[in-house]
Amino acid sequence: MMRGAAFALIKRDMLLARKQGGGAGAALGFILAVMVLVPLAIGPEQALLQRIAPGMMWLALLLAVLLTSDRMFQQDFEDGSLDVMSMGHLPFELVTLIKALAHWLTVGLPLALITPPLGLLLNIDVYQMPTLWGTMILGSLALSMLASIGGAVTAGLRRGGLLVSLLILPFYVPVLIFGVAAATASLGPTSSTPALIVLSAITLMSVVVAPWASATALKAYLR
Amino acid sequence: MQKFANPALFLKLANAALPWLVAITAALFVAGLYAGLVTSPPDARQGETVRIMYIHVPAASMALFIYVGLAFFSAIAIIFRHPLADAAAKSAAPIGAVYCFLALATGSLWGKPMWGTWWVWDARLTSMFVLMLLYLGYIAVWNSIDDPHRAAAIARVVAIVGVINVPIVKFSVNWWNTLHQPASILKMGGPSIDSSMLWPLFLMALAYTMLFLTLLLIALRSEIATRKLRQIRLTEIGNR
Repeated sequence: MMRGAAFALIKRDMLLARKQGGGAGAALGFILAVMVLVPLAIGPEQALLQRIAPGMMWLALLLAVLLTSDRMFQQDFEDGSLDVMSMGHLPFELVTLIKALAHWLTVGLPLALITPPLGLLLNIDVYQMPTLWGTMILGSLALSMLASIGGAVTAGLRRGGLLVSLLILPFYVPVLIFGVAAATASLGPTSSTPALIVLSAITLMSVVVAPWASATALKAYLR
Repeated sequence: MQKFANPALFLKLANAALPWLVAITAALFVAGLYAGLVTSPPDARQGETVRIMYIHVPAASMALFIYVGLAFFSAIAIIFRHPLADAAAKSAAPIGAVYCFLALATGSLWGKPMWGTWWVWDARLTSMFVLMLLYLGYIAVWNSIDDPHRAAAIARVVAIVGVINVPIVKFSVNWWNTLHQPASILKMGGPSIDSSMLWPLFLMALAYTMLFLTLLLIALRSEIATRKLRQIRLTEIGNR
């Protein structure tokens, strides 16, 4: 019963994200725009671009995920679907976990897969690319989970966009640091394994904390 | 603790305690500032700029402490439904944010003559900056949600998740970069700072703590008054 409900929910959310657009497609456009603006802002010098490429790509990915977060619960809150979900068979924490997972599968993961090759625009060292793929796939799950907290906190607000950024960016600091650290270390003398391990730990922790936090915040709106 | 849940009793106690608190705070500040700025010796290497420490260090540690308190009050509010806990957390946040800003500003003033720059992206500065953002986010939640009960429920979550984040941020920025000198007061084997400087620092830390308590009580008092006003207005509308 519960498993059926869970699968139905994840299918519904992914279908909605695909049919309504505005998911990964628009976010990908955003990342492309950032890739164009970075060289325009700091100059076309190849060596400099290569040095900052992993950081800039992480930043673009992070902001793209952040920008899609305020819609994660808003629509379902406004049309009453969330009320129904909160009274269904699934524990509400599981509902928020599934919705965050659906967000990752439709926004975070596709972007994490596409972003590293786009780094060629920033003259990225191709040997960094495998690590970058790994950290981005892993880290984007944490990004989506943490974004769900922001989406939940601002679900009932008409203009939650700026508040989401202020609330969630501090939580993105560790993900960003270790994501970039692993990519940078993959070239240097040090190993990137420690950074990858810590990044995994942060991701796992966000999977534990975020569903509870989102569910508690949403319940305040639903009451 | 539930005894103090009664706002009337709390107000009575707060009103009785406030004059004392104000007096103690003022005395501690006078003593601490005099000891720190006048009688304590200048540092061998830092010269007179070391005196910034007496303003800076207590502000920084109190900023951290108040954020933990914020999360503690929020946890109390979730677990015991204590009616004053949310108000306490709400009132503590702006005080903590100002302490945090004070720590950043005085640190920056100290950094200019010592490090030759107003700001460096070192681990401690960065984590204090992130703490400041956490404070601002928490305050913004209270400000942007109209219904106070709803705002309280959501602010609790933000505070608790934030306090989980603080050590993680601290650890990650340490990994990322370190330039700030290591802790010299609370560490193994006793403080490495001379007692002529430790005493003023201790006095100032006490003064900051008492100032926090005083301001918290005043803010709580006005928070309770605001709630009463809201109730009165709502019943007036209901009677109309």
